[in-house]
Amino acid sequence: MILVDYDACDYCGACVGTCPENVIHLLDTRLFVDNEGCTDCSICTYACPVGALELVQTQPRGLRRELRV
Amino acid sequence: MNSAYDVVVVGAGPGGSTAARFAADAGLSVLLLEKRQEIGAPVRCAEGVGTQTLRRFIEPEPRWVAQVINRCRLVAPNGKYVEITAPGEGLILERKLFDRRLAELAAETGAQVRVKARVTDVLRDGDQIAGVRVKYQGSSHDVRAKVVIAADGVESQIARWAGLNTLSRLVDMDVAAQYLVSDARLDAPDCCTFYIGTVYAPGGYGWVFPKGPNLANIGLGISPKHTTRHRETALDCLNRLMARFFPNASIVATVVGGIPIDGKPRPISANGLMVIGDAAHQADPMTGGGITNAMIAGQLAAQVAASAIRQGDLSGEMLRQYDERWQKEVGRAFKPILSIRDQVMEFEDSFFDELAEMLHGRARLTLVDVFRMAIRTRPRLLWDLGQLVAMGWF
Repeated sequence: MILVDYDACDYCGACVGTCPENVIHLLDTRLFVDNEGCTDCSICTYACPVGALELVQTQPRGLRRELRV
Repeated sequence: MNSAYDVVVVGAGPGGSTAARFAADAGLSVLLLEKRQEIGAPVRCAEGVGTQTLRRFIEPEPRWVAQVINRCRLVAPNGKYVEITAPGEGLILERKLFDRRLAELAAETGAQVRVKARVTDVLRDGDQIAGVRVKYQGSSHDVRAKVVIAADGVESQIARWAGLNTLSRLVDMDVAAQYLVSDARLDAPDCCTFYIGTVYAPGGYGWVFPKGPNLANIGLGISPKHTTRHRETALDCLNRLMARFFPNASIVATVVGGIPIDGKPRPISANGLMVIGDAAHQADPMTGGGITNAMIAGQLAAQVAASAIRQGDLSGEMLRQYDERWQKEVGRAFKPILSIRDQVMEFEDSFFDELAEMLHGRARLTLVDVFRMAIRTRPRLLWDLGQLVAMGWF
């Protein structure tokens, strides 16, 4: 899942267009990541000009995949 | 807000407002929607524009021109620079006022404008895009449109909802960070400065765009590839540039963003829909400049919308004329431009140092002189430059 550092985020929207699943949403000055649909690809973290996005794994990837079935 | 229009334009940036203006000028009923509460803010731009192209759409007015540019400097990694004269060829805008003026122009021509109006979905008649759902002042409205023009920027959603592939791959974008600096103490306020080389901006370039004698946009764009390799963001790189050249400057605004750049054409129209500007990846792949390209696309889309509506044919095949005209007018140059860019990015920093050494201090240089010198040592550039010349690019 993606964690947003709201103190760093400048809500520029650069990440939004790079998300292959289209689960990042920008509403005015707030960025929302719908982590249900996130595949942990981490592309958005590299598109961020200020490093405000971080990929964190709450559960081992294998377990998550298992749980989704 | 009515329940039906000929054209609904989503996004009131320079592209959207220009599209709305020309659509209204063609006698169509037009609604221009902006999701933010204020047109032009927040700025996500270095605000530089070519005077000649801009004048195709609007005469420069002192109110929104911050600085007229007469020359530019290319700074090599060793700090030596080459100065190029180009009297009056560039303008640094005050985007907040510029964008507002363009929206006013659209309104004066007959378009209806609404702000704080967020599009949450598109309306469909089968596989035809038939309008938009708008959240406005607390309630949801269905607004039907014969043609929807999506000018919804970097974070574009409409094209993706409609099934067009406008995803930005990391290799298709530049990531930029910029400060508006208040005591820049520039020695030449009519001069744009570009910092070339990996040492400044890996995979991109740095810039100083003056906005009067004391104010300046200082920023850079890098390739996200650099961030994947070195965990260094655009902001980190900018802070390094600031520490080297402007250690005492005061920062009065921070601007960051992604610039979608794209070499290969992809469909930017569908049944009842045309996509323009950043949403359609129309920024110049070399400079990242997108203002005038978006305006050109806006005008083309409005013209195609007008003839499609006149003929009563709103199909994707009809609107594909827009893709074709965009390719003919601007898009076809992107491939050679991108190829030049890729070659330039491969040059070692020492090459730029040598080039600056050779040309430093020469008077009355033009960009052609710089390329001529570069071709001498890197002949492969000639092929792509030749293609651009053949297209009448210089």
